[in-house]
Amino acid sequence: MTNLFLIPFLAGLPLALALPRLGQLLRMRDEGLAALGLAHLASATALAGQAAHLPGVLGAPLGALLGGAAKALLGARGNGAFALMILAGWCATLLIASNSALGEALAHAHIEGQLYFAGVAELIAALSVSLAMLLALPWLTPRLVRARLFPLHETANRMPAWRWHLGFDLLAALAIAIATATLGLMAAFALVFVPPWIAHRRARNWRHASRLAAGIGLTAYVLAFATALAFDQPFGPLLVLVLLSLLGLSAIPVGLQSRPNP
Amino acid sequence: MPWRRRDAELPPLLRLDRLVAGHLHPVTRPIDLELGRGEIIGLFGPNGVGKSTLLATLLGTARIHAGELWRADGLRLRYLPQRPERPGDAPISGHEFLAWLDARRLDPPQRLAACLDRRIDHLSGGEFQLLCLWATLAGDADLVLLDEPTNHLDCAHVELAAEELAAGQEQRGTLLVSHDIEFLHRVSTHLVHLQ
Repeated sequence: MTNLFLIPFLAGLPLALALPRLGQLLRMRDEGLAALGLAHLASATALAGQAAHLPGVLGAPLGALLGGAAKALLGARGNGAFALMILAGWCATLLIASNSALGEALAHAHIEGQLYFAGVAELIAALSVSLAMLLALPWLTPRLVRARLFPLHETANRMPAWRWHLGFDLLAALAIAIATATLGLMAAFALVFVPPWIAHRRARNWRHASRLAAGIGLTAYVLAFATALAFDQPFGPLLVLVLLSLLGLSAIPVGLQSRPNP
Repeated sequence: MPWRRRDAELPPLLRLDRLVAGHLHPVTRPIDLELGRGEIIGLFGPNGVGKSTLLATLLGTARIHAGELWRADGLRLRYLPQRPERPGDAPISGHEFLAWLDARRLDPPQRLAACLDRRIDHLSGGEFQLLCLWATLAGDADLVLLDEPTNHLDCAHVELAAEELAAGQEQRGTLLVSHDIEFLHRVSTHLVHLQ
């Protein structure tokens, strides 16, 4: 691999490992659409930022963080809030593309994936947010799972639960925004959504599911990157294709007895 | 109907003085009750008398319309609802479930321990109910509120539920709502009939 492709490859690598673990918690909270909603907002503000000559990795977090903070502060739970984000992000992206000098080319880049344009800024952002997740998730996971299983526990004990709900929402927003700016919208969404789906069906326990999900994310990423490079194909659609193929393969031995998609 | 502790050497965990609980409108009649560590108070009465509403008031999700509610300072509380939440897609083992809920003050009964390697979404309804009951009881709570813990349990599971309630009983106070009068008589130190 030449240096031209080494930095993009390294920028996507930590995200391929970290996003599936984030997806596990989103799935547990019945917020499977979170990644898609936040990625649409991130895409819109990344594009707006680029129209103002700002790097995408700076513009993208703005929309996702605003969306994540609004959701947490308004107390919205579940997929409804994320469906609104998808609609708002989609219309903003296309309107900005139509009314700026960037035209449709950048909007396509955000949707198809623009990993090969990732530079040192994206690499640093991806490493930082992945490290933050690595440190925060072991602390957040028991609290978020308890809130999901015993939702009145926090109220009854007068605990400041809003802190960790807001913390997780902001961390998710930041990670997905950086992933959107680095990998592209659908690639980021697929890495959050598909590996946990496979892992949760197969794993013996949460720890096993985390390892499995991260392994699936990593395998799919490396395969997609190598294939895209070898056959001169767009990275984003190839990553989604590899993940969907793995999902299909994982379903065969269990006789397609998957649970309904959240 | 009112229950006051005769042995009041230790301060109570919870005291209700003529408390009327409800949501938009009052549901219960005035209730007097005092609960200390080591006690299990069984609450029973006809449907609609406000047993679950009383628990909701203690949890802070229903209103006090009259009277007073006093909680000991720093009271740690755990609550088992009638239908505990169980996500359909949850690769969480019984061991992880108890660890994440800080339910490690006591060793689980042998028959429950045998289920702990399995995922919670692979347990039967009765096994999951017993796991939730144990997660509620084996934590660091001073006060435990249980709403119909024997719902959907067969005879063998009710036996195990009674065993779980007895374990570490002296470390906590328990308020137990149930329609199962036989079970209440068996496990409660005192019974309160809400009318």
